[in-house]
Amino acid sequence: MQTTETSTIEQFAAQDYKFGFVTDVEQETFPPGLNEEVIARLSAKKGEPEWMLEWRLKAYRHWLTMSEPTWANVHYTPIDYQSISYYAGPKPKGSGPKSLEEVDPEILKTYEKLGIPLHERAILAGVAVDAVFDSVSVATTFKEKLAEVGIIFCSFSEAIRNHPELVQEYMGSVVPYTDNYFATLNAAVFSDGSFVYVPKGVRCPMELSTYFRINARNSGQFERTLIIADEGAYVSYLEGCTAPMRDENQLHAAVVELVARKDATIKYSTVQNWYPGDENGKGGIYNFVTKRGKCDGANAKISWTQVETGSAITWKYPSVILKGDHSVGEFYSVALTKGYQQADTGTKMIHIGKGTKSTIVSKGISAGHGQNTYRGSVRILKGADNARNFSQCDSMLIGDQCGAHTFPYIDVQNPTARMEHEATTSKIGEDQIFYCNQRGISTEDAVSMIVNGFCKEVFRELPMEFAVEAQKLLAVNLEGSVG
Amino acid sequence: MLEIRNLHASVEGNEILKGIDLTVQPGEVHAIMGPNGSGKSTLARVLAGQEAYEVTAGQVLYDGKDLLEMDPEDRAREGVFMAFQYPVEIPGVGNTYFLKAALNAVRKHRGLHEMDAIEFLKMVRGKMKLVQMDETLLNRPVNEGFSGGEKKRNEIFHMAVLEPRLCILDETDSGLDIDALRIVADGVNALRAKDRSFLVITHYQRLLNYIVPDFVHVLVDGRFVRSGGKELALELEEKGYSWLEGMTPEQIAAQPVGA
Repeated sequence: MQTTETSTIEQFAAQDYKFGFVTDVEQETFPPGLNEEVIARLSAKKGEPEWMLEWRLKAYRHWLTMSEPTWANVHYTPIDYQSISYYAGPKPKGSGPKSLEEVDPEILKTYEKLGIPLHERAILAGVAVDAVFDSVSVATTFKEKLAEVGIIFCSFSEAIRNHPELVQEYMGSVVPYTDNYFATLNAAVFSDGSFVYVPKGVRCPMELSTYFRINARNSGQFERTLIIADEGAYVSYLEGCTAPMRDENQLHAAVVELVARKDATIKYSTVQNWYPGDENGKGGIYNFVTKRGKCDGANAKISWTQVETGSAITWKYPSVILKGDHSVGEFYSVALTKGYQQADTGTKMIHIGKGTKSTIVSKGISAGHGQNTYRGSVRILKGADNARNFSQCDSMLIGDQCGAHTFPYIDVQNPTARMEHEATTSKIGEDQIFYCNQRGISTEDAVSMIVNGFCKEVFRELPMEFAVEAQKLLAVNLEGSVG
Repeated sequence: MLEIRNLHASVEGNEILKGIDLTVQPGEVHAIMGPNGSGKSTLARVLAGQEAYEVTAGQVLYDGKDLLEMDPEDRAREGVFMAFQYPVEIPGVGNTYFLKAALNAVRKHRGLHEMDAIEFLKMVRGKMKLVQMDETLLNRPVNEGFSGGEKKRNEIFHMAVLEPRLCILDETDSGLDIDALRIVADGVNALRAKDRSFLVITHYQRLLNYIVPDFVHVLVDGRFVRSGGKELALELEEKGYSWLEGMTPEQIAAQPVGA
């Protein structure tokens, strides 16, 4: 095991990426390479039970038989899976700043610009090292309040130790370890993530947020999240990726599984801002993520809202399996690509139950040389009487070097289905910008205002603070896109 | 306040303005009339700073400063306002939100504090009464789905809120019925002040029944062919633009008023 100073990657933080700063924290890193021994060591390091290791190894052996998918509209140099380190965690006691005063004022300015509340800035900036890098202790502050109503909210590792019966019952029940190349790799090597269980009839009294664990930076490459809302339960979960990230083309292959039982609702919101690479397309995160939810009972509802602004490559299709009768699936997405970013994102709605309903609202924004692809699939199976889908895919182009692509797939096997699909492509008009200028608004503010207006239908699905953050994030990312 | 000297401007290589001279003092209302294609709207857009128009010669001084050197947003912040002939729609952006951003950009430039939402709304309510603005237009996206009349009224409302010093109305009367025209004109009249000047660009005389100008200038083929008092507008109405078309400026100048 070697110890590296993470600051060596500083050079990859392009000036345009406002989150590319480095906090000096000592890390423990496995040497690059992947084999059964590495997985066993990873599992041992996390003190996992035998069944967990078995599952990982099954996944790994299956992964060896698979090949990387090539159907997505993204182009990149092949990933060498043997050159990746599959464990990188902070040492138990870090040497980061102890208070906000010790943090680089430039970093604090960045958070200010993003509108992240002060206490979260402190967490993000790596103050209160124990709280940040030991995700368990941060979770504890929530845990007491939540435990009063029977909610389990902890790290995935902790769930494996303390709630093995729930993990064994649900893990892989929505995204099986054989699902796809990246999900299978994740099953073999996932490092940590979040686990939520909301018991019958309980409405989670607060938004659950994952800011705390993003800071275990390199170990966040293979997160696994599992959220279960039992009958009649409600939970809203926020995943923020605005944390400081940097690196050469780093692979991020996460899996998120949601299970909503009868009458339960899960709302899952993401603001993703991983490092997108520099202006020449060098570096950046390869974000290959599998997110899927199952409405496993009548009237269940799962709603995905995502704002994707970062990553060199985004490959992500948050989906819903609408199994329960009258269950509801929603997907609201904003994806921004600029520089040489490529995004191939969308959703799958699989209608199985009767009277199931899905809504898809996708807003793609392309600037610079960015390529933005919406790929969506709506399937209405035989038994899904009176299923309904509404899809709206809007693209906005900024400049003339970028591209927008839409691939909607529809498969209807039941004649009672009702489908609606709308798609538009627009360009930010010179006349719109001039109109704003003529009222005293600068071109940059005008672009961000016009783009935010374009994304409004998605932003209003986000919890308040998150919506504010998402808007500011778009503004920061669009700086210099026009003019 | 505004001094235009020998202004020439082109669009895509075609010269539209061929030497405009105009002096506007504080508090004055100047009407600029002319047939289609005479260059009226080009003049408005050159003053506002629209990029498609290239100034090939001449000078424009605004409060002694070189207006043509300024970016459009700086002209706006310095108090130049243009009510658009075709106000632009900005989907998803609330009218109030837009105006607050605009006002605060202007205020910041003038060294005033930026208004918060409460202060802003209070101020806006007062302005709404002034221009008989319907409250429902406040919360709708900027100009989206507005009728022609609503769009023009919204322009006057923006003007009332931003309190510019030089107001350019670019064919604000086009496409308005008589009731809408009266409401817009009442709004403009309410905003007339001794330190605020207006350039009212129009094809028709009827607007000038409601907004009575101090001076009228007739623009034909990129040049002012005639200037006079408000009675010139009536004369034009009576005789039509053909009266002045086809004559040399010298011939036009030689025409006695009332001839």
